[in-house]
Amino acid sequence: MTDALDMTATQLRDAIAAGDVSAGEATRACLDAIERTDGQLACFNEVYADRATQQADRIDQRLAAGESVGALGGVPVAVKDNMCTAYGRTTCASRMLAEFRAPYTATAVTKLEAAGAVILGKTNMDEFAMGSSTEHSAVAPTRNPWDTSRVPGGSSGGSAAAVASRQCPAALGSDTGGSIRQPAALCGVVGFKPTYGRVSRYGLVAFGSSLDQIGPVTRDVRDAALLSAVIAGHDPHDSTSIDRPVPDYAADVHTPVEPLRIGMPREWFTDALDGEIAAALRRAAKTYERHGAELVHVSLPHSRIDVADDGALSSYAVSCYYIVCMAEASSNLARYDGVQYGHRTDQAGGDIVEMLCRSRAEGFGEEVKRRVMLGTYTLSAGYYDAYYNKALKVRRLIARDFQQAFERCDVLLCPATPSVAFELGSKTDDPMAMYLQDIYTNSLNLAGLPGLSLPIALSDSGLPIGMQLIGPALGEQTVLRAARMYETISDAADHKPSVTAS
Amino acid sequence: MSDDVIITPIIGLEIHVELATATKMFCRCANRFGDEPNTHVCPVCLGLPGALPVMNAAAVELAMTVALALDCTVPDFTKWDRKGYYYPDLPKNYQISQYDLPLGARGRLAVPVTGDDGVVTTKTVRVKRAHLEEDAGKNIHDRGAGTGVDLNRAGVPLLEIVSEPDMNGVAELLAYARAMQRLVRWLGASEANMQMGQMRFEPNINLNIESGGRTYKTPIVEVKNLNSFRALERTCAFEIQRQTAEWRKDPEGFSLETLGKQNRGYDDAGEKTVFQREKEEAHDYRYFPDPDLVPVTISDDWRETVGGTIGELPLARRQRFCDAYGLAPAEADALTQDAATGDLLDAAVATGAEPKRCVNLLLGRGAAMANERDCAIGALGVTGVALGALAQMIDAGEVNATAGEKIFAALADGDADSPRQIAERDGLLAVRDSGQLAAWVDAAIAANPQAVADATGDGKKQKKAFGFLMGQVMQKSRGAAQPSEVQKLLSEKLS
Ligand SMILES: [Zn+2]
Repeated sequence: MTDALDMTATQLRDAIAAGDVSAGEATRACLDAIERTDGQLACFNEVYADRATQQADRIDQRLAAGESVGALGGVPVAVKDNMCTAYGRTTCASRMLAEFRAPYTATAVTKLEAAGAVILGKTNMDEFAMGSSTEHSAVAPTRNPWDTSRVPGGSSGGSAAAVASRQCPAALGSDTGGSIRQPAALCGVVGFKPTYGRVSRYGLVAFGSSLDQIGPVTRDVRDAALLSAVIAGHDPHDSTSIDRPVPDYAADVHTPVEPLRIGMPREWFTDALDGEIAAALRRAAKTYERHGAELVHVSLPHSRIDVADDGALSSYAVSCYYIVCMAEASSNLARYDGVQYGHRTDQAGGDIVEMLCRSRAEGFGEEVKRRVMLGTYTLSAGYYDAYYNKALKVRRLIARDFQQAFERCDVLLCPATPSVAFELGSKTDDPMAMYLQDIYTNSLNLAGLPGLSLPIALSDSGLPIGMQLIGPALGEQTVLRAARMYETISDAADHKPSVTAS
Repeated sequence: MSDDVIITPIIGLEIHVELATATKMFCRCANRFGDEPNTHVCPVCLGLPGALPVMNAAAVELAMTVALALDCTVPDFTKWDRKGYYYPDLPKNYQISQYDLPLGARGRLAVPVTGDDGVVTTKTVRVKRAHLEEDAGKNIHDRGAGTGVDLNRAGVPLLEIVSEPDMNGVAELLAYARAMQRLVRWLGASEANMQMGQMRFEPNINLNIESGGRTYKTPIVEVKNLNSFRALERTCAFEIQRQTAEWRKDPEGFSLETLGKQNRGYDDAGEKTVFQREKEEAHDYRYFPDPDLVPVTISDDWRETVGGTIGELPLARRQRFCDAYGLAPAEADALTQDAATGDLLDAAVATGAEPKRCVNLLLGRGAAMANERDCAIGALGVTGVALGALAQMIDAGEVNATAGEKIFAALADGDADSPRQIAERDGLLAVRDSGQLAAWVDAAIAANPQAVADATGDGKKQKKAFGFLMGQVMQKSRGAAQPSEVQKLLSEKLS
């Protein structure tokens, strides 16, 4: 069944509808691929083999009965392990939730299933989505299918590696500061974070509530459009979800944006950026230009990246982002206390405070503890104004920069990551170095904007380089169409990683 | 200490009121007390991973109603904040509350206070703020080993009304608390049942002491979670005594400047307060705006719509009953404890009935039945039309007072017939046929020679025997005879 594994979600859906391949065959091919390669890659925390097979067989029965089976009829999809499902476990790759079984299903997953998708299982991630390498998983580090000594990025590393290695055609990730786009870039796939509120967060285990957004990881832009159209929309269970009609992104993704004005933020094309990545991005910009796009220089002053004498990078956006997300995380993760569910210590001897402290100390990993402590600190009496409140002000300035930039262009073209995939263990002892992986991605979470990362080239070392396109609020269509334009005129998507199931 | 010591208690009160919405504050679970533990719960109020709150607009409207009735400023813009603290009955370990932008601010409540001399004066207590939040669950200690947590209450809308420290004694404090209970019930905002924990008190108390030309202030004591008026009364009386005694022992040391604020707990059995660790006071709640909820914008239209539902408030109605219906203050008080009873009176009077006659029925048989049923008089089920008709029949002498009470009781028991139909059906119409009356009197005299002998004698049995014969006649008439007529006729016949 190599053919099915090489197909995109759209191709597979069409092939299933045409009877060229059955949903059951497609799902069994994916399950088999996971079986063969996941020992090496550790993309999945849990695989719902029986349930997925039954789901796929039902799709085939419905097809045989002449019923329509939805926009994703029979397409196997993996979901990140921070989205609740009323079946299996939802662990957030944390010891704290290792045995947690949610009694309900996240809206985005419900929508996938309603559109005929087959849920394969839960993908690995940095614990509670805190990290950029998937090394902070309490289960195992996921490996990059292009080079298994390297990280796949994170926190949606399992989803990106699974899609890149052809274990499945598509997956859902979540993006708080780059957690979809960065691993997509490092694994050579497409990752899309819609506008904040475009996709319901109901059932997504919260990390930074004002930043979190679910989005697809796919092998091409057309699939990103397809999945986005399925999962987007207002949800009465999420007050922050946007109540606006969802355009059929997939239907017009092939229509080029004409004229297309591409903004290049000058603050992000500096010496701080890896030379090879900068060159690839400039080549991509030229390609657009050759096909009629206009390149304009824009400025994002509050997302500027400074390089210190010792080469250390810093940015308002990164500082602001980490204050906001850690503060929110410290509150969101307060509920994990061992009282109702989750890990409970057996060392407390009946004292409630000790039970609570020990359960949290045992249940959370180092990075989670670091963020909870920092977040608690920034919200404490006497520090709130200096940190959290100031960060909210900077956040407004960052958002305003983007607004002004979009007065002059349709999309921004910029880096997705400061470097290609790095070696496992190379940044685990240096939290700041890890945090700087988000340097080109977290500004738009602060501004709530849609952003997409797509592969544009391979580095000399044979590793994927991603390009990020950013659109204005609710500009999903523009971003997807602009990305699809590039995809159809370049051959970057044709490269395959070294570890593939097909 | 010299005699010129003037001690003035300074008391403020936080009142927590559970709002009587059908569903909880941020989910659609039923807001219901008394069911099996953890039967009204869902991912949201359990605080499960991934669940999100969605605001219940009905709760906001009820809270606005109370805020507006308290003359609070209700702002154009308000928001939700998270208040962080760890407690087993708080599923998220933060409470969704309102920090710097409460739903209501700077209001007041006029409170009738009865002094030691029985004179009623009106005290105005300022309301600092009123904000909406979600209630926590309840720890249960009496079910098997260990502690259980019941989360049926978790997420119930809770209105916290914070007064300025305007009350200067236990009487004022209790009057304010009772007036607030009456108000929220009146508005239909809460049942405010103390046993069900729907209304809870947290007083803060200290003393202002003038002595020897100097002013002393004792440490402010806050007492949490009082569940009855009695506990509130005892707590404050005890604190006033205790603080006075402590101050007399050490006027310089026992001061607000040195000791600041303190938390004390109420000891129900000993009816006193006991010291609690200072640690409680050191709480840092780490408030910040809840990113899961959108701010609430309140338009003039919305505010006016909600304000328009408030109607006449208790004190105004009490005054009107005295002025327009000529009721005694005590009667007016009794009829304005809730809205329904006064509504009933107004409806009966509107049919043309005499107010006083209606009030006699309401505060007579009505009050007794309401007491038996533990409900308001206005909730007995008697309509204004029926009450008005009955009062008019009594006034016209068509039924006597006893029969009137019987008919009222029948109406309150759900009798679907009109008062006149009941009177006719049950033979309660006053009998004015003197021939019939005379026949009953003659029959009673003939059947009871001994009683007649006693009644006509001048022994000490005379009064009792006359009463017995009266009773016999009334019995024969099955209550329909007018007692004054019977008495007249019987006296005549026996003389
Ligand atoms: Zn609920």
